[in-house]
Amino acid sequence: MSYIPTRELAEGGIITRAGNSVEYKTGDWRTEKPVWVEENCIHCLFCWIYCPDDAVLIDTSGEKTRMTGFNYDHCKGCGICAHHCPPAAKGKAAIVMVRDEK
Amino acid sequence: MEQRYVGLTGNEAVATAFKQARPHVASAFPITPQTEMMHKYAEFVANGEVDTEMILVESEHSAMSAAVGAAAAGARTMTATSSAGFALMWEVVYIAASLRLPIGMAMVNRALSGNINIHCDHSDAMGGRDSGWIQFYCENAQEAYDHGLMCWRIGEHPDVRLPVMVNYDGFIISHTAESLHILDDDDAWRFVGPKRQDVGYTLLDVENPVTVGPLDLTDYYFEHKVAEMAAHERAPRVIDAVYREYGELTGRVYAPVERYRLDDAELVIVVLGSTAGTAKEVVDAYREQGVKVGLLKIRLFRPFPAEAVAAALAGRKAVGVMDRSASFGGLGGPVFTEVRSALYRRPDAPPVHDWIYGLGGRDCDTTQIASLIDQLRDVAAGKELDTVNLLGVRL
Repeated sequence: MSYIPTRELAEGGIITRAGNSVEYKTGDWRTEKPVWVEENCIHCLFCWIYCPDDAVLIDTSGEKTRMTGFNYDHCKGCGICAHHCPPAAKGKAAIVMVRDEK
Repeated sequence: MEQRYVGLTGNEAVATAFKQARPHVASAFPITPQTEMMHKYAEFVANGEVDTEMILVESEHSAMSAAVGAAAAGARTMTATSSAGFALMWEVVYIAASLRLPIGMAMVNRALSGNINIHCDHSDAMGGRDSGWIQFYCENAQEAYDHGLMCWRIGEHPDVRLPVMVNYDGFIISHTAESLHILDDDDAWRFVGPKRQDVGYTLLDVENPVTVGPLDLTDYYFEHKVAEMAAHERAPRVIDAVYREYGELTGRVYAPVERYRLDDAELVIVVLGSTAGTAKEVVDAYREQGVKVGLLKIRLFRPFPAEAVAAALAGRKAVGVMDRSASFGGLGGPVFTEVRSALYRRPDAPPVHDWIYGLGGRDCDTTQIASLIDQLRDVAAGKELDTVNLLGVRL
């Protein structure tokens, strides 16, 4: 990561570009990570709604919006997605938490 | 330039100066001895003499918070406080400076609790000396008025962009009617001028949205503090230029330090605020007896004019610093530590001693200052003296 020199910093420590928090990678905070089991997924998007970050990836191009995986650069491994994943639909969970071996 | 010669209290004088700077927003909460200043200002607003949005908040923490919001929106913003009110502002005082918002604040110096005391000392403002604000200490209503005008040109300058605190002693200056010269409103406005909107940032610019006051951790906080330090390093040049322009306009020529009968002085008193006026009387009396004593008044305390102070004091026989606040457990008061540090490693550094005086409004009369000068004479003659001494207190 490159840093802005002090003399070029915006006055008062303000942020002048919207949405730049995407550049701040928080994935290494994780101890466990969610793994997506595609064949069990019913694409209910509970995980996408409940994710407190923006770490659930979806594809909105088709007729039905589909879950496509995780953004591990920003997923902190909180497990809320796995908690809300409804396994009853196919009897098996579509999201399982595993130890993150980095 | 034609000026009016009027009788005003210090509070009325500063309210007048602030009015003439036409602030967009005033946000304040009453506290003795500042209250009268905002009374007067509210009267100006009610009478239509100035078009200021008055935000009457429920505490000083809110007063400074509202001031920060208004200033971040681009408004010329004023506030005023004293003592415990300043203490309650504390968190946001630092934020105003960190966000580089040139708020103008009348700081009517009063002792901090406890016990509760409404009278003058400098313990309120001295606690804020590291907050990032520019600090002026005024000797009388005239200086308070003049700095109440100049503070806007200094704080809002593109090279500075810092909040400015105009300090004047509670009751001694704030509630004493003095005769002073003031500018006509139009002349004052020509000097101060409107707040520039082409520097810094504003929350109202929806085309260029910004985030103000975000989380700032180990990767950039330090750099932002260094940028703030750099603004303080640039400020003296701007202050000198504004002082010069104001001097040409009004005939009242200021400098960060004032030298009084100093050129051939062997003994020097260093003091700030209203006590300088009393001390000048005593200096005059001793001069009549042939004692070579002079006075150095520090008008600008932040940024501290270390070079000017050192140049004024080097080579003297004895220097006595007067501190109207205590730094409990410290090596002398805040003025003393700055002054002596400024002289460090100069081969011609004089002995420097500190006198804590006037806490809680204890009157500092001429006999106290005379005893200080007598002790300085002893120091010059080689007598040992404690580093930190007390003046005008029962032991």
